[in-house]
Amino acid sequence: HGDVSAKFCSRRSADALRPLPPRLQSPDVFATDNRISIWSSGDLGNAGLNGEYHGEPRLLCDIQHNGDVMDMQTLSANHRWEKAHYHVDQDTSCGGAACTGVVCSNPEIVTVGEDGRINLFRADQKDAVRTIDNADSSTLHAVTFLRTTEILTVNSIGQLKIWDLRHQRNEPSQIFSLAGDRVPLHCVDRHPNQQHIVATGGQDGMLSIWDIRQGTMPVSLLNAHEAEMWEVHFHPSDPDHLFTCSEDGSLWHWDASTNVSEKPSFLHQGGRSTAYLSHSTINQSVVSAWLSNDPTKDRMEITNLIPNQTLSVNSLDVLGPCLVYGTDTEAIYVNRQLFA
Amino acid sequence: MGGAGPGAADEHRPVTVVPGAVPRRQLCFAWGPAEVLVCETLFGRTGEGAPSTSRVFVVRRDQDIYIQTLRKLFNESHGIFMGLQRSEEELAGKSRKAQLVQVSKNYRSVIRACMEDMHQAAISTRDPALQGQYSTQVSILSAMELIWNLCEILFVEAAAAGPLLLRLLDWVRLHVCDVDSMVREVLSSENPSKHKLFWNVVDIFVLQGRMDEARHLLSKEASANPTSMNMYKILDDLMKKMPVPSLGNTQTLTELELKWQHWHEECQRYLQDGTFASNPHMESICKILLGDEDAILEKKELMTTWYHFLVTRLLYSHPTVKPMELRFYAQSSMDLFLGGESSPEPLDMILMAAFEFEMHQVIKECSIVLSNWWFVAHLTDLLDHCKLLQSHNLYFGSNMREFLLLEYASGLFSHHSLWQLGVDYFDHCPQYGRVYLELHIERIPLSTEQKALKVLRICEQRQMHEQVRSICKIMAMKALRNNRLGSALSWSIRAKDAAFATLISDRFLKDYCERGCFSDLDLIDNLGPSMLLSDRLTFLGKYREFHRLYGEKRFPEAARLLLTLMTAHIAPCSFWMTLLTDALPLLEQKEVIFSAEQTYELMRCLEDLTAGNPDKQKFQDDDVETTKVEMLRLALARNLARVIVKEGTVEGS
Repeated sequence: HGDVSAKFCSRRSADALRPLPPRLQSPDVFATDNRISIWSSGDLGNAGLNGEYHGEPRLLCDIQHNGDVMDMQTLSANHRWEKAHYHVDQDTSCGGAACTGVVCSNPEIVTVGEDGRINLFRADQKDAVRTIDNADSSTLHAVTFLRTTEILTVNSIGQLKIWDLRHQRNEPSQIFSLAGDRVPLHCVDRHPNQQHIVATGGQDGMLSIWDIRQGTMPVSLLNAHEAEMWEVHFHPSDPDHLFTCSEDGSLWHWDASTNVSEKPSFLHQGGRSTAYLSHSTINQSVVSAWLSNDPTKDRMEITNLIPNQTLSVNSLDVLGPCLVYGTDTEAIYVNRQLFA
Repeated sequence: MGGAGPGAADEHRPVTVVPGAVPRRQLCFAWGPAEVLVCETLFGRTGEGAPSTSRVFVVRRDQDIYIQTLRKLFNESHGIFMGLQRSEEELAGKSRKAQLVQVSKNYRSVIRACMEDMHQAAISTRDPALQGQYSTQVSILSAMELIWNLCEILFVEAAAAGPLLLRLLDWVRLHVCDVDSMVREVLSSENPSKHKLFWNVVDIFVLQGRMDEARHLLSKEASANPTSMNMYKILDDLMKKMPVPSLGNTQTLTELELKWQHWHEECQRYLQDGTFASNPHMESICKILLGDEDAILEKKELMTTWYHFLVTRLLYSHPTVKPMELRFYAQSSMDLFLGGESSPEPLDMILMAAFEFEMHQVIKECSIVLSNWWFVAHLTDLLDHCKLLQSHNLYFGSNMREFLLLEYASGLFSHHSLWQLGVDYFDHCPQYGRVYLELHIERIPLSTEQKALKVLRICEQRQMHEQVRSICKIMAMKALRNNRLGSALSWSIRAKDAAFATLISDRFLKDYCERGCFSDLDLIDNLGPSMLLSDRLTFLGKYREFHRLYGEKRFPEAARLLLTLMTAHIAPCSFWMTLLTDALPLLEQKEVIFSAEQTYELMRCLEDLTAGNPDKQKFQDDDVETTKVEMLRLALARNLARVIVKEGTVEGS
């Protein structure tokens, strides 16, 4: 199965991994645990005869960081905003709150935290451009951009909220929530091309697909992992593919591309176990495989990419044919032939 | 701090100086799970009024878990450990043994990888103290691998006579004395046979049974020295013909012994004929081939250790040695080699115990010498899987494997990240693992919510309900103190903690009473089914719904809801006054909202409220309260009047 190289980096890994933008020949990786490090997963130019690369990721540089790193984005600026998240009093040492999510769209940076606060920064400005205090009465777990002026947040009482940053009022413009129990949502990602499709992952390992143009409830609920889903990502250039990773130690590749029905029904490819799932949906919608609901035609292929799972997979990222993920066993794994 | 290991004698008791503590001050202490807390105290002392610093020292034995490069060892070995626990127990005989040998090899390769990293760290650091530390670690790791490898040969693989010698030869070649640099030096010189180390290299090859390489070098000597061509040819021939055990089943031990006897006699003949008399080097080699102890001992400096000497002796005097015979040869080898000049080191004692097949002794000695439990815990676990350890009952009842694993895992828990590995180790300690886990897991500092979630998941998977409740309560309290009511509610839902949910609702209601409006509407408006967790929470949700209905001007529905809140006893008694006051605007509406039935109900509620209050005096003294009650009574009466008229006159309604 794809060529995976691994490195034990002696760090609690990857609460965040991000590949650098594709003008670099190969995606580079950040791995962190109280240190923010840049690793190189190797030059594609050094590939062997069969295009296989056997090598460990190499450390390029790193800096010390106080506290666990929860999330990361790449930007070419160089700045620190301290004490951006806090409970009650900014200046007491125990008053600090964890910053749980960050997203940037050059030059703007948005952060959210356990204090329910949303901060908006610009890369060239020392102070926060805007702060929404008490935006949420519970912890905000993740944030992502919906459009250039709108962001999506998920919180620990199972709500997905849209915030319009052009408006000055400190209220979300829309609130979505799951039906049933208020299971906390931990991650969110938006479809790269179709901005109304949003995926979220919850504490019970459930993957929800939302159509934010209509309704306040998810379009699909897919029973996925057995424990918290930490991250969900649409593939940036091939958005029929979705990746999720979880506390239960698995990393799933969801393939909703429609030519799947031509393959035989059970595939075993060298250690990967594959299962088919036809997803039930609530809404009738067009275009995207994620929203359509024909159970006989559109079957989704789901693959667990980790053969021997032990501890949690905390973070993943994907770019091109390359998948990177980090686990609680203090190791980073790089899979460079994702679609082989 | 005393020695470690089960039943260790207390001869070694190193003294630890607490840095920063003023001498002659008295210290008091308290034991923790993995460390001792120490602080200065004035207990019992008078007169010395100088103020002492208010510091608490944490004294830890195990520093190794904080060495960056060792973390890789802990993580990778955890993976191997888990694989071993889950592996097929049904495999029997050869395939099981092969599996266990593979596990052992995996452990060893992890040690070697770690050694490599540590070595890199040692040569790249500029800090001499750190360099010293790393170098020490490298030699410790190297010793660990040496011991483990021997244990693998003798215990896990349990090599039989024949292959045993080959394995021991490999072991010696891999670990003892650094031949390679010498070899490179000699071979790369212009005239190898004239190099001053030439004969050293030939000798060491012979001592290690590396016949082909020895012959190759000797041929260079022969070509440089044609006069000794005859001698060389004979020696070369002897070396080529030497019978060695084979790994496959191509010959039986008896066949080998026979061949070997013949060969030995041939060597003897050549030596006694004086064939090599003119070349002392070659003569000494021939003597070595004959297993002459003195000849071999002459090369002490080359062999460097008594166990190399042991293996060489065995190679040339008893190649078909049986495992159980090793102990005699080992003891005599050590005595001969050390010759009374030096006493054996701890490493020597450990290896000796291994040669004597005293597994428990090996483990005990290693426990004493090594600074953390990693090595003994994993080795013992492997030996246990090989079914080699009888249950050696320790005085507190658990067996050795479990004891060591518990100690190792407990050590991991004091680390901010490695504690997750410890959980899995506890899972595989059937007797006390769970108890240890329960105690340790509650003491992990929960600095972020994500960490708390991981801990909770571990507890939930193991049905540790007490711990789940306790952790959720801690997190909920923290959230409450920071005014994060939504977070607090989320934790209560996770723990299904109705009492806490009630607490949170009371907080909301208190805020409402004080401020006159609700905070955190996004939470209250979207409670969903979690509303049913506690009565108070349900009330909160319904009460908010009442306000919403009122805001949307759906008065009849609002009125009905309000009444239900009181009559169905969903509302707490303390809140009834507020509810009745909320009813006032509804009563004052132009349109009649409450029916006669409902009005009677309201009146009854008001009377229950005022009558039931024992402290009537206080109640009546409070002007605001009395005014309210009077206004209510008036409004209710007026409403009753209107509704009776309305219901009496409207037809058919």
